Parts: sequence; structure tokens; C-alpha cells
Amino acid sequence: MDEALLRSLTPNVLGILVRRGADFAAAEDAVQDALVEALRVWPADHPRDPKGWLVTVAWRKFLDATRSDTARRRREDLVDEEPAPGPARSVDDTLQLYFLCAHPSLTPSSAVALTLRAVGGLTTRQIAQAYLVPEATMAQRISRAKRTVNGVRFDQPGDVATVLRVLYLVFNEGYSGDVDLAAEAIRLTRQLAAGIDHPEVAGLLALMLLHHARRGTRTAPDGSLVPLAEQDRSRWDTKLIAEGVEILQAALARDRLGEFQAQAAIAALHADAQTAEETDWVQIVEWYDELVRLTDSPVVRLNRAVAVGEADGPRAGLAALAELDDSLPRHAAVAAYLHERDGDPVTAARLYAEAAQKAPNLAERDYLTRQAARLNARR
Amino acid sequence: MAKYLLLKHYRGAPAAVNDVPMDKWTPEEISAHMQYMSDFAARLEETGEFVDGQALAPEGAWVRYDGEGRPPVTDGPFAETKDLIAGWMVIDVDSYERAVELAGELSAAPGAGGKPIHEWLELRPFLTEPPTVTE
Repeated sequence: MDEALLRSLTPNVLGILVRRGADFAAAEDAVQDALVEALRVWPADHPRDPKGWLVTVAWRKFLDATRSDTARRRREDLVDEEPAPGPARSVDDTLQLYFLCAHPSLTPSSAVALTLRAVGGLTTRQIAQAYLVPEATMAQRISRAKRTVNGVRFDQPGDVATVLRVLYLVFNEGYSGDVDLAAEAIRLTRQLAAGIDHPEVAGLLALMLLHHARRGTRTAPDGSLVPLAEQDRSRWDTKLIAEGVEILQAALARDRLGEFQAQAAIAALHADAQTAEETDWVQIVEWYDELVRLTDSPVVRLNRAVAVGEADGPRAGLAALAELDDSLPRHAAVAAYLHERDGDPVTAARLYAEAAQKAPNLAERDYLTRQAARLNARR
Repeated sequence: MAKYLLLKHYRGAPAAVNDVPMDKWTPEEISAHMQYMSDFAARLEETGEFVDGQALAPEGAWVRYDGEGRPPVTDGPFAETKDLIAGWMVIDVDSYERAVELAGELSAAPGAGGKPIHEWLELRPFLTEPPTVTE
């Protein structure tokens, strides 16, 4: 419980330190130290004002750390440059942190690591474990990222799109450690949505909720992938789906469509179907058309070909596929699926085996290999 | 973010440009080579891209299961084995292009005459976790 509370306060406390004139890197270190101290002290002596306690302790840690002469000089310079304190609302501070941690000067992996630490309040060790790299490497990645953004002024408005890309990465490419990165991405996106009124933030949150609702049904107990059509829909989380749909509808009503809203709309149509057969593929194709218009992404066109295959039959899907470059990731897998639906198991088996060779992850490779084996056994 | 394995071969890779075996180098050239390798790893740790690096002894054995209640069978080493791994480095980088760039740097490690070996390194992507968003 304390850990959840601490992590929800992290960005706010960090924002306050930066506003007081601490440079971002030193403030971030100080807040981490304060979090560690809180975990040690709070179980026995819980403060009445947790945020006030954290600010006090973090500020003291910051001062301790900058005691040396050179550091003090740097600190005094910074305090001199400090802009006049504006209306320091906690929401603004938190938002600025999101922008800073997703700053375009950072590489995606650095932005992800910095966001999880500075906004999410995770420890370096937790982030290192989540991404399967040594702690020393992750510590360097984070401190380099902090150095990169140290000169960025904290009061400049940032770009929401870069923040959304980082949060999407955390959600979509989550490894499994003791930290649930998908849940963490949802928490951070909720927090962002509470601070900024933007239909794409809502769209991303809806997308995450709708996918998270199906999470328990995406893999069998042995870890193998269960495709959407075969998932046990009675086990989908209806509460998350209802929340996702509601957020999405409110966002769509604002008539400022973006790619995350369109992706969420597709997920919502899947969530809405009681059985795979009831899926409204015609509407899904329409949303893919919107997505193609918004992103012009070949991966989206590939997914669209699958949807066309369901809406208008496998021949139509294969025709849509024929317009795409066959070196695209998962092209062979889509072709295999459509050929099987078209009544050509021989071609399908060959393509499934080819797709397995090119699969970017183990679960997909095993799934595709099984598909090839299933078709080959039938002959 | 993607992990890649950089594989260094004792045997089996195409011939390097500066293809002089290590036992024909001077001791100083060997030291310079080792220093380059450890500096490279240290630099990758600083950039937050280092995951692991290990070297392997050239001689090993083949082992296989030999049935219930029987000890595993060992055989070899086979002198004729074509492909022999010398060691590896695992990196965690933002792109394939970055992985190629780093492999290129590692291949520039100095050998005979203090000149880059231009050794061929094998670059292999790790299979990842499946993505959450699938449609």
C-alpha cells in the first residue's frame, strides 16, 4: 500500500524540487533516496502528511548531496537562474515531468527508462529486471538520459505525442519481471489523462484498458498463444471493457480522431462481439481505412488485409495482401491464414512454416509451427 | 529496444582481412587487443547498452542422452567441427542499425601490426516477448 502511495506521489515531489531550483538529475536522485527512506521508516511511523514528509526529506537529501563546494556553486548558479515561481500547481509539475522524460532528444529506450523511474517511481533495479539488463547498465542508461535532458527548461510545453509513444512502448513491449509493466503503463496513462484534456490520451488509455481486459485469455496455462478467435470471451474483464468503451466514446465525440482512438475503436469492436462470429468486420475494415489514412503504416495495411479477409472473404483479403511488400514482418503468417481460409492447406502449411522461421518471438514461432504441423498432419 | 547477440568465431566465419592467428602476434599486440575489448564493453555499459559478454574455451565435448538409467554419452572434441564459437556479447539497443554499428566497432579490434582485424562477427536478434497489441 505504501509503495503504491509513494509511487503516486513521486512525480509531484520531484516537480516541487525542480521548481525550488534543484537541477533535474540531482532532484531525481534525491527523490529516489527519499523513497527508499520512506519504505524503511513509514511502516513503523507513518506520517500524517506523506507528501510533505517526502518533500522535506527529498529536499534535505538534495542539500546533503550538493554539499561539496563545486556542487554548491552549481546549485547557487541554478538558484540564481530560477524563474519567478509561477502558480505551482501539482498537475502542471507532473505534466512537465512526462514531457521531460519523453523529450525528443532521448532515444526510445532512454525515454522509457527515465519515465518509469522519474514519473513511475520504480527503482533502477526493478526497471533493469523488467527489461532483462544488468542493473549497472540500466543505471547508466538512466543517468545518461538525465544528463541529456538536464538543460531542458522545465516550464516549456512539450509534445503529447512523444509521451504517448513512450507509454505505448511500456505497455506493448512489456517483459515479465516482478513489475507488471502493462499495469504500470495504464497507471501512468491514467495519471496523464487526469492532468491533460486530450482525445488521444483518452484514446491510448481506452486502447490499453480494452487490451488489458483480454490479457488472461491471451495465453494458455502452458504459455502458448491463444488467438483472438479462440479466446474464452466469458473470461474477458467486462469492467475494464466498459470503462475503455466509455472513455473512447467520450473521446470520439470530440471529433479529433487520432491513431490511438482508431486502434481503440477496433479493440472495442472485438470486445463487443459475444462470439468471434459476431465480430463486425465491416466496421473494423472502416476503422483500418481511417488508420491507414492517419499513419500510412504498412503494418496497419497488413492487419487491414486480415480484416478484409473476414469481411469480404479470403480472396479479397489475399488481393489486399498482394499490394503489400512480402518482406513485411508477419506477411507470411497473414498469407498462410488467408490461404487456409481459401481452402488451400498445402500453400497454407508451407507459409506457416516460413512464417515460423521469421517470427520475432518464441510464442508466435511456436504457434505458427503448430499451425503448419496441424495442416501437415491432416494430409 | 531489442537485444542482439554478437558472436565471435574461432572457426567458421569468413576469413578476416587481417587474418593472422593470435599466436603470431607480439605480446603488446595481444595486450592492445584485450584492452580494446574491455574498453568496448565498458563503453557499452556507459551508454546503457551492455547486457553480457563471455569468452569460451576452444575445446569442448558433445553430450547426449543415452536412455533411462544410463549416464549421458560424451564424445569429441571433433577437430573437424566447422563452426566454433569463441565468445559472445549481448547488447540491448534501440535499432538494428545501432547493432550493426556496434558490431562494426567490435570488428575493428586491433590484431597483428596493431591494425584492425576486420573480423566477421555474427549478429543475431533475440526472440522477444510477444507484443500486447496484436490487431
